[in-house]
Amino acid sequence: MIFKKFNIENKKARDLIPQAITVLALLSVIIYFATNAQINMGNRGISFGFGFLNQEASFDITFSMIEYDGSHSYGRAFLVGLLNTILVSAIGIFFATIIGVVVGISRLSDNYLIAKVAEWYVEIFRNIPLILQIFFWYFAALRALPLPENGINFYDISFLTIKGWYVPKFIWTNFNIFLLSVIAAFIAIYFINSYATKQREQFGKQIPTTIISLATLILIPLITFLFLGVSLTFEYPVLKQLSPTVFTYAGGVSIIPELIALALALSMYTATFIAENVRAGILGVGKGQKEAAASIGLNKNQILKLVVMPQALRIIIPPTTNQYLNLTKNSSLAAAIAYPDIVLVFAGTALMQTGRAIEIISITMLTYLTLSISISIFMNWYNKKMAIKEK
Amino acid sequence: MIKSIKTWILVGFASLLLVACGQGGGGAGSKKSKTLDNTKKAGFVKCGVSQGLPGFSNADASGNWTGIDVDVCRAVAAAVLGDADKVKYTPLSAKERFTALTSGEIDVLARNTTWTLSRDADIGLTFVGVNFYDGQGFMVRKNSGINSVNDFKNGISACTNTGTTTELNMRDFFNSKNISYEPIAFEKADEVVQAYDAGRCDTYTTDKSGLAAQRTKMSNPDEHKVLPETISKEPLGPVVRQGDAVWEDIVRWSLNTMIEAEEYGVNSSNASSLKDSENPAIKRLVGSEGELGAAFGLDNEWSLRIIEQVGNYGESYKKHIADTGILPNRGPNQLWTKGGILYVPPAR
Repeated sequence: MIFKKFNIENKKARDLIPQAITVLALLSVIIYFATNAQINMGNRGISFGFGFLNQEASFDITFSMIEYDGSHSYGRAFLVGLLNTILVSAIGIFFATIIGVVVGISRLSDNYLIAKVAEWYVEIFRNIPLILQIFFWYFAALRALPLPENGINFYDISFLTIKGWYVPKFIWTNFNIFLLSVIAAFIAIYFINSYATKQREQFGKQIPTTIISLATLILIPLITFLFLGVSLTFEYPVLKQLSPTVFTYAGGVSIIPELIALALALSMYTATFIAENVRAGILGVGKGQKEAAASIGLNKNQILKLVVMPQALRIIIPPTTNQYLNLTKNSSLAAAIAYPDIVLVFAGTALMQTGRAIEIISITMLTYLTLSISISIFMNWYNKKMAIKEK
Repeated sequence: MIKSIKTWILVGFASLLLVACGQGGGGAGSKKSKTLDNTKKAGFVKCGVSQGLPGFSNADASGNWTGIDVDVCRAVAAAVLGDADKVKYTPLSAKERFTALTSGEIDVLARNTTWTLSRDADIGLTFVGVNFYDGQGFMVRKNSGINSVNDFKNGISACTNTGTTTELNMRDFFNSKNISYEPIAFEKADEVVQAYDAGRCDTYTTDKSGLAAQRTKMSNPDEHKVLPETISKEPLGPVVRQGDAVWEDIVRWSLNTMIEAEEYGVNSSNASSLKDSENPAIKRLVGSEGELGAAFGLDNEWSLRIIEQVGNYGESYKKHIADTGILPNRGPNQLWTKGGILYVPPAR
């Protein structure tokens, strides 16, 4: 029986044997490298282990979204770096998408000036290496900003200076109730929308869902302010003198210039690629589709929203996913301008202080892999949702 | 892009090298030195230096390296290969330096590196001595009205390098003074200087020798000053891989020879004429008495070559640190006989 199974004429076996050999070869290569590394590290007196993650980090980080100081562990420092990477990537993706869509549509504008400006923007920003753009926004723009005592004043509540952008700090009471009300508002909006869809499909009734949703989003949280004891006050940044010529702002929140420069560079650069994707997507929708939509009486906005965009998105999403992944990985260039992302904090300072190159580099690589795969999974889900549903 | 990718590739590939290069390095405790054999075979000493720190290791426009750290490597090359110029320099960032050494990409690390317990004990390295006693200080703008570290107040922003002991000292210092501060840490010294110069931070902190050297790079050096206080001990010295005792001894005694030569007044111009000196210590230094080189598997003139080709410690310091205006005053880096703390075990 068994011999018959592995007979070369058996198609299943023919398919299986090369695969098994490949897997075995790959495994033995990995095992060879791993044991070799172990022997060599042993010879050189280098220990291997992840125990260091619990040790005290004893270095401070300039910008953190969670509570952190040097008395926390290396593990916590890793988390700070990871969150900073996610923050700058999220901001970058958000603005890159908006700029990209606007520029992409502008390139197809009938207005000569708008189309040309968009074209020049794309050609300039996508052809200059990203690291140079980061240095440009950081060093050139930084030098142009005033010192704190001459900061650019926005109505006395916010100040833009070379040391950062100081904005008011939100001080909440009963923030939990407010958060719950926002979640409740979103659930309500979901039901309103599905009800509206049903009404439209069954009776052809048009319900203005956008206005109703917006009203819900404002009204429900507003109720918590009026009746449930939620309140919000602001702490404004105030100029503080440290010495005869050294000033800073105390209070409020400081958005560090490193974050601004990095987010700006990443979104301006990636937006050019997204703009081209958007342009390709819109041009990819057949002209007949628009004409057909116009002939059944849809107006220009409806044509774009109901006919062109749903079809264009199918072309736009897959290459844009690549751009999101690129942006996330490019955020590792942060180390050059002192933005404390995972590469600077963990693969930089922590690596140096502990000397555990292999452990730290593997953790960092695994982290980027996880981030990228998460973005991929989400975008694939969204892509599937947008794909043609055959009935 | 270049910088960051280079760092990644170096760290990544150094780890791979560690994996791939098999049994390179040397067996612990054996009389033979694999590093010495490999160096003789290659014909040059593989030396890791900084990416450019005037006075310590700095390359000129035509790629010639100079500095007191560079002189340590030159001394080793003179001792082992007979020619101080037979050195291959590898510029390394603070982050790359130890991996480059443990993986065998370099054999001597002479890169203004602070000797600490955890570095010495934990990561497969051995420090062989101290060639510069340094300490961390602060630089501020002259017009800031800050004249001492006691003038620092809550909210001060401080620029520094990542991956160095300065980051840790800075925290210890501000914590002990109970001052809240904003640490801004860059990967490369050039960016620290640029950011500080632009006004991103109020003070720049690193080793005092580094501050003195970097001050020359500011757009207007006269606007800045170094505060008098020293907040840490930074003994800088050459490092070798753990496990090759003979190589370790060669590097240690190459450095010691330079310091001992200054102590006995032996320098590059008078060394060969002192062969018939009446002082046995001098005779041992110039190789006319004893068989000291044999212990490392070297000939007897190894130390004479160091002194002739590289010079003694005082000559090296004068040429690279004092005459360049970095730190004209030798401070603790003076011989113990002249009020400093340079003191090496006797070569006998």
